[in-house]
Amino acid sequence: MFSRLRGDFPILDVRVGESPLSYLDSGATSQKPQCVIDTFVEYFQQRNAAVHRGAHSLAVEATDAFENGRIAAAGLVGGTPEQVCWTKNATEALNIVALGMDRASHGFGGDDAERFALAPGDSIVVTEMEHHANLVPWQQLAASTGAQLRWLPVTDSGELDLTDLDTIVDESTKVLAFTHVSNVLGTINPVDRLVDRARAVGAYVVLDACQSVPHMPVDFVDLDVDFAAFSAHKALGPTGLGVLWGKSELLDALPPVLTGGSMITTVTMEETEFMPAPQRFEAGTQPVAEVAAFATAIGYLAEVGLDNVLEHEKELARVLLDGIGQIPGIRILGEAEDRIGTVAFDVDGVHAHDVGQYLDSQGIAVRVGHHCAQPLHRRFGVTASTRASTYLYNNVEDCTRFLSTLAEVRPFFGVA
Amino acid sequence: MSTQMQQLYQQVILDQSRARIGNTELLRDAAASPHGYSHQVNPTCGDEIELETELSEDGTIAVRWTGDGCSISMASASVLSELAAESSVAQMLEIEGAFHELMHSRGTMEADESILGDAAAFTGVSKFPARIKCALLAWMAFKDALNQAQAAREEKHNA
Repeated sequence: MFSRLRGDFPILDVRVGESPLSYLDSGATSQKPQCVIDTFVEYFQQRNAAVHRGAHSLAVEATDAFENGRIAAAGLVGGTPEQVCWTKNATEALNIVALGMDRASHGFGGDDAERFALAPGDSIVVTEMEHHANLVPWQQLAASTGAQLRWLPVTDSGELDLTDLDTIVDESTKVLAFTHVSNVLGTINPVDRLVDRARAVGAYVVLDACQSVPHMPVDFVDLDVDFAAFSAHKALGPTGLGVLWGKSELLDALPPVLTGGSMITTVTMEETEFMPAPQRFEAGTQPVAEVAAFATAIGYLAEVGLDNVLEHEKELARVLLDGIGQIPGIRILGEAEDRIGTVAFDVDGVHAHDVGQYLDSQGIAVRVGHHCAQPLHRRFGVTASTRASTYLYNNVEDCTRFLSTLAEVRPFFGVA
Repeated sequence: MSTQMQQLYQQVILDQSRARIGNTELLRDAAASPHGYSHQVNPTCGDEIELETELSEDGTIAVRWTGDGCSISMASASVLSELAAESSVAQMLEIEGAFHELMHSRGTMEADESILGDAAAFTGVSKFPARIKCALLAWMAFKDALNQAQAAREEKHNA
């Protein structure tokens, strides 16, 4: 099945100079199947109009496309469509939660929002393996409210070190924010253990699901998280679209950050009442074509089956890990067993930027740098790494081309 | 091996990235003559350099730097330090201007080796937009540190 679906992705036929493309950077953004591209074009050709206003036929069609996307997203991650709020990206979704709590801490949102208020003496817990998007907003919230920021450390093998979980997450903890899957190490974190601990101390759980939703079956209701964020573009969908998912009761109590049109019930010159979620968080004109295209992407993923995607990626991860392990002078960052097909590594004597340049000269696209996770790189004693990340359209040939080219890197730079 | 790769990674660049001329501990306020300091970071890849320049009475410029980064950024700092050791302030400013122009030429310019010396080896870098910043990082730090050193010298003369 996986060899056949490569043909659905026109960009895989692009040549890089004289080389075929081996795209191993899906952790940054995924490629799009033709059906998703078609939906995007068709929307503007046949259905484009303003949603949730106007009584004309096109407006109805556009609104249907927009709301059907919400139904599709709820089908992907669990819950009801009202629990799916569209955002610009996952970063914005995480900021909406952190900034909403900040507003609650400063008296906004009335009695309903008081539950989110933080003050000196409270704590916020994150992990050392967070993407900056799930770290910096919580640093900001701590600075604004006087709450303490704590973090769970990472072991040498690239897993969360939960030895001191019960002292780090304690009665003072109001928020536990962590990533489902590390964007650098590929590690799948034990959500259930962390959620159990959060429940025991009454903390809200915020899950960064950017690297899990595209690659494995995920159900936020089963996981029992309070808020979650992911983006469309990493899951075969278009850029410019993210999702904030939450428990309805909490979403409806969280003060909105972006205010204005489309998210209100009554406005007077003095004050305004806000709508419940999801409109509460969808001020202004929305990315309707993106939502329509994302719905098609979700349908495509469902047809392939996310359990199959995970199995496929685990096989590719095994090829990558075994192959890299045989090349002298390369250290893999994180060797967790439970993982997706994302592998980061450090090449002794050659900077990641140079590694990436060499691979690119053979048409192999990887990510180099700190991957928006500077603290994690510091933890492993490096400032940058090279990351190969797979998706459903990659095959063993992509991995073997990558491995044979990687083996040439140290000799080329004269360090082996 | 593609020709583009060979153009980018000239032997001079590979050699200089290992030689790391000028890569030595900074003296900071222990420096005898007027000096300046600059810290530059390339946030996209984490390349980082701390560089200081010291202006002696006899007109010579000393450059010292510490840093971590790709071969292009390290080689560039090394070549800069080598050129500084044999150039006047006016010459270094001319080289800096020519190098800056070369890097933004998108591969359309011939490098003037009589001005640039070994820095001409970076011509191929200008065809790789993602790498231009790597080549310029040390030069940005140098220009900033030199400005400060010149200001400190003025101050000393006026005192």
